[in-house]
Amino acid sequence: MNVTLVHSAVQPHVPMSIAAAEPVLRVRNLEVTYYTDSGRAKALDNVSFSLKAGEKLGMVGESGSGKSTLALAMMRMIKPPGRIEGGQVLVGDTDLMALDQEGMRKARLSRIAYIPQGAMNSLNPVMRIGAQMIDAVRSHLPDEPKPAVEARCKRALQSVDLDAGVFRMYAHELSGGMKQRVCIAIGILLDPDVIIADEPTSALDVVTQRQVMETIDNVQKAINAAVILIGHDMGLMAQFVDRVAVMYAGRLVEMSSVREMFTDPKHPYSRALIRSLPSLDNKGVFQGIPGLAPSLLRLPTGCAFHPRCDSAMPECSTARPEAQILPGGRSVTCHLFDGEA
Amino acid sequence: MADLLRLENVSKVYSRGLINAQSTIALRNMSLTLREDEPTILTVAGESGSGKTTLAMLLLGFILPTTGQIIYRGRNISTLHGGDKMAYRREVQAVFQDPFAVFNPFYTVDHLLTVPIQRFKLAKSKADARSKMEEALTAVGLRPEDILGRFPHQLSGGQRQRINVARALLLKPKLLIADEPVSMVDASLRATILETLRNLQRDHGVSIIYITHDLTTAYHIAKSIIVLYRGSVMEAGDVDTVIKDPQHPYTQLLVDSIPWPNLDQRWGAQPIKAREAGGGGGGCRFRSRCPQAMEICATEPPLFGLSPSHTASCYLHQEQPEVAMARLSELLPA
Repeated sequence: MNVTLVHSAVQPHVPMSIAAAEPVLRVRNLEVTYYTDSGRAKALDNVSFSLKAGEKLGMVGESGSGKSTLALAMMRMIKPPGRIEGGQVLVGDTDLMALDQEGMRKARLSRIAYIPQGAMNSLNPVMRIGAQMIDAVRSHLPDEPKPAVEARCKRALQSVDLDAGVFRMYAHELSGGMKQRVCIAIGILLDPDVIIADEPTSALDVVTQRQVMETIDNVQKAINAAVILIGHDMGLMAQFVDRVAVMYAGRLVEMSSVREMFTDPKHPYSRALIRSLPSLDNKGVFQGIPGLAPSLLRLPTGCAFHPRCDSAMPECSTARPEAQILPGGRSVTCHLFDGEA
Repeated sequence: MADLLRLENVSKVYSRGLINAQSTIALRNMSLTLREDEPTILTVAGESGSGKTTLAMLLLGFILPTTGQIIYRGRNISTLHGGDKMAYRREVQAVFQDPFAVFNPFYTVDHLLTVPIQRFKLAKSKADARSKMEEALTAVGLRPEDILGRFPHQLSGGQRQRINVARALLLKPKLLIADEPVSMVDASLRATILETLRNLQRDHGVSIIYITHDLTTAYHIAKSIIVLYRGSVMEAGDVDTVIKDPQHPYTQLLVDSIPWPNLDQRWGAQPIKAREAGGGGGGCRFRSRCPQAMEICATEPPLFGLSPSHTASCYLHQEQPEVAMARLSELLPA
């Protein structure tokens, strides 16, 4: 802490979050396979990335591209027939994959929090909101006195703009947006280093969606956590995140800053994704991505995207592309950029 | 020319409880005319609880209005019987939000297409039925050989949703009510389904009522738009005018909250007032959240005409001429 203070005294313009350049989250070579009756499906294939404190990453891709599997794998909540086959998830200096069951239970919520998809359905209908929050705190901090726990819960509710009265309410008394914000409040109870939000607004209308996203934004700034936002709404990404990662068939095909992604996407799939976006200027132009996402059980050879790719070359159907780090730090997994790194 | 479907002062009130009866006005005094000779795409937009799905259910005849009437080809739909009712059922079709829930997992997807063919006696023989199914699937951009004989779980959400559109198309409807057809479909497939819908209107002369909370897709597919809030019309008119230059504070809030995929077009800074629970009193429904609420807003605002194809129900525009609700459809370009 002292070091940082001295550091920021020398460079007063650099905020602390950037001065601490060490990434808070490092995912290395994460692999997940589902063993199904009809074969092995590699849902995550060698996924690596890192995030600094306070950074917001958007994870986009079609259904079945592995976005939610990635979130579950990082939480070590993959259920059979799925299995984490290898890799590391480092939060600070702790490798979550190396922890024992009890250690992982402690790390969830306190180091890394997960706001699940359709969070509104994950609240217990027969428990008051407050009781569920206290439950979460108690399981991590069994020795904290009751008034302190309650104060902590109410502070969390306050930080997501909910009335303290919500503490005594049941889930059915709240609207969809309020329930979603309760889930965010639970997620931040223990000031985690990393928050993973899996499509937090997919069932909400635009106004509520904006409210919820602004809530996540404020909360994230307050505790300086790294956020991974999973979703397929590129508009939401443009409004919210700093960096965008594009997933396709279990692989990370491109990762760059949000501005680079929107103005100069590199991978043909990201290009098609950006092209398919509706905007105010091109009324009535519908440009979908031709073809369908491949089944993980029968992935095309070489690059999994080559059957749908408009700039496919002969080698794309035989050789698998590896991630290239382009000048400027963005990474692309495509043969078009071989040798540019 | 003939009106296909006409809503006359339709209200729908849901009440619950016997003694301390509480009632929610899901739709109030709605009038709307859909003409047979001018196929159009009309968007009905609004947030959850705005009454847009109630409107869809009313149009489909699944629920009956509390007051007012729905006229189909000159006859009230609540009194339709026999052949007339069958014709109405065939000509007014629906595509629903959830492409997963409409399929019975025990049947192949063919079931969804063969049942209406049998029910409405559309085909003379099995081969005829098969060719009609293939034709409908091709029209929505699917390859029949990939689809027929499969089970729902073997298909993607986008494929299933297009089968729903194909089913509607099979019946050669006059009106298609699409209730949030793309909200559960991947962004990359949305464009394809919307394009299918638009071709339906352009090539097959089907009018479409597109019900959504997503103004981005509404802007791209529709010609005209009606913005609902808690059962009342807030603003209506040409879709370009309404979305690019919204005049009602509610529409402004909605448009302001669209996450445009454009880095230089940020979300508005206008703070959002939380929506109050309960039905609220009389007057403008948006009053409690409106940043520009005035005293006069406690009385129900009529529609004020802003231009020949734009109207807003807001006292901010009270110097403009009033428009009768019954004339709402005249302001919507076809």
